[in-house]
Amino acid sequence: MVIMSMHQESPRLAGDVHEEQHESRLVPGPRIAPAPLTQRRWAPVVLGVTGLVTLAVIWEAGVRAEVLPPADIPRPLEVASALGGLLGENDFWTALGQTFIGAGTGLAIATAVALVAGVAMGASEVLRRAFRPTVEFLRPVPGLTLIPLAILLWGPSTGSTIFLVAFGCTWPLLVQTMAGVSSADQVGLMAARSYGLGVFARIRWVIIPSALPYVMTGLRICASIALIVAIGGELIVGTPGVGSMIRQAQQALKLDDMYALVLASGVLGIATTLGFERAERFVLRWRSYGEEGSQ
Amino acid sequence: MRLSRSQVLLLVEILTSVVVVAGVWLYTEQNSSFAVARMPDVLQAFEEAWLFERVTSDVLPTMQRLVIGFGIAVLAGVPLGLALGSSPLLRLLTQPAMTLIRSIPAVAMIPPLVILLGVGNGMKIFLVVIVCIWPIVLNTSDGVRQFDSTMRATAQVYGLTRLERLRFVLIPGVQPRVFAGLRTSLALALILVIASEYLAGTDGVGYFVAQAQQSYDVATMWAGILLLGAIGYLLNAVILLFQRRALHWHASEHTEA
Repeated sequence: MVIMSMHQESPRLAGDVHEEQHESRLVPGPRIAPAPLTQRRWAPVVLGVTGLVTLAVIWEAGVRAEVLPPADIPRPLEVASALGGLLGENDFWTALGQTFIGAGTGLAIATAVALVAGVAMGASEVLRRAFRPTVEFLRPVPGLTLIPLAILLWGPSTGSTIFLVAFGCTWPLLVQTMAGVSSADQVGLMAARSYGLGVFARIRWVIIPSALPYVMTGLRICASIALIVAIGGELIVGTPGVGSMIRQAQQALKLDDMYALVLASGVLGIATTLGFERAERFVLRWRSYGEEGSQ
Repeated sequence: MRLSRSQVLLLVEILTSVVVVAGVWLYTEQNSSFAVARMPDVLQAFEEAWLFERVTSDVLPTMQRLVIGFGIAVLAGVPLGLALGSSPLLRLLTQPAMTLIRSIPAVAMIPPLVILLGVGNGMKIFLVVIVCIWPIVLNTSDGVRQFDSTMRATAQVYGLTRLERLRFVLIPGVQPRVFAGLRTSLALALILVIASEYLAGTDGVGYFVAQAQQSYDVATMWAGILLLGAIGYLLNAVILLFQRRALHWHASEHTEA
């Protein structure tokens, strides 16, 4: 009884349920009450869809009752059909590609810089200390502050996006890499050295395995930063891409399209995060379950 | 006299920074162009603009938007996170909808909000709230979910009432996570205020920088960028300080050093 009342208070861990069901199959005994609604296998999907539908219904009702201004907010179905229309348009896919190329190239440059600098600074205390003030000063500078500079240097071309993304992503990734490299097991490093492993072998077998989880976490964080900065840059600078499409739709007062594009950029955000999460799990599949990459 | 290792490192730190600044100085001196201003000019423009002529007309509005928006996000986000963290039903219901809204790149929200709320303060503050609330909600809710169940049970066994458990066990327990969320949110808040001022501003530091750029006043533009960098740096420092004071009892604050 005590256990039951506690369960009502506190969410159980997912693992508990499986154990219990497992036991109840093997050991005949008193019937255990069925798992609560929220722990059924279908619960996340059904409840999640319910939540989304509820949101859409509230939206629709709000517009109909004119709680939300009908002139400014199209109905959910109108937005959905606009989204469907966009998916059939070449312009949309071109813009998507441009956003991806801008964000991807910027992220690639940031990764190259951050990995080299991060490994060097993580491995050598002198280097780390030498550039610490510079990094600490540049790190909190929001990438978008450099928009005016990007406009002057590149104007509304993909160069602007790449520059802004590269600047915005370098610092978080550099700090992650540095933390990862300096977290390398010192005893392991010394052991590797006594066994006569050269510098490259030590990097390959000791430093990379300990730094990789940090780097992957950093990459995941930076991927969403890259997307924000890319779309923000496009929106403000006018570089071709999803961001400037949103801006154009707003200026032409094509509100259905505008909301559809904003939703589409949300889906793009989810896809990016999921993609990098999967890549992270794949790259780190050799690690034992339950270890967490550090922030 | 021989220097100790830590003294040498400190010296290295100072010397390199001086070299970096000097390098930038020399570079801008020789390569000043339509995008690069000479450092003395930037400093002069900085002094003209920010000490203290435009503080009330531009810095104050920017900080006001940031602080009000961030404050509302905290006041709404923490209770919402506590609720989501303690109710699996609520969490499952809201998860996909929340993920979708949260995944919209923050700046993309500006055009719809301009249409809905115009270009005034309301739009900028609402933008900050609607974006900054998610890191706080998620971190708080994760903190509640991962909260040590033994501790929870112990508090219950010792007969603490619901309110006491919330006050003395749960809230201190999730504080480290809440602070992680606050830091992410504050950095976002600054980005959003600046972006909204660039895009739809009539005053504020972002607007000031955009104006300088449009009139090709490079030194003033750099002065503005410098100020924005300094604001970002200071905000981060303030929240770290605050975190250290609020969490002085927590183990992570002692191991980090």
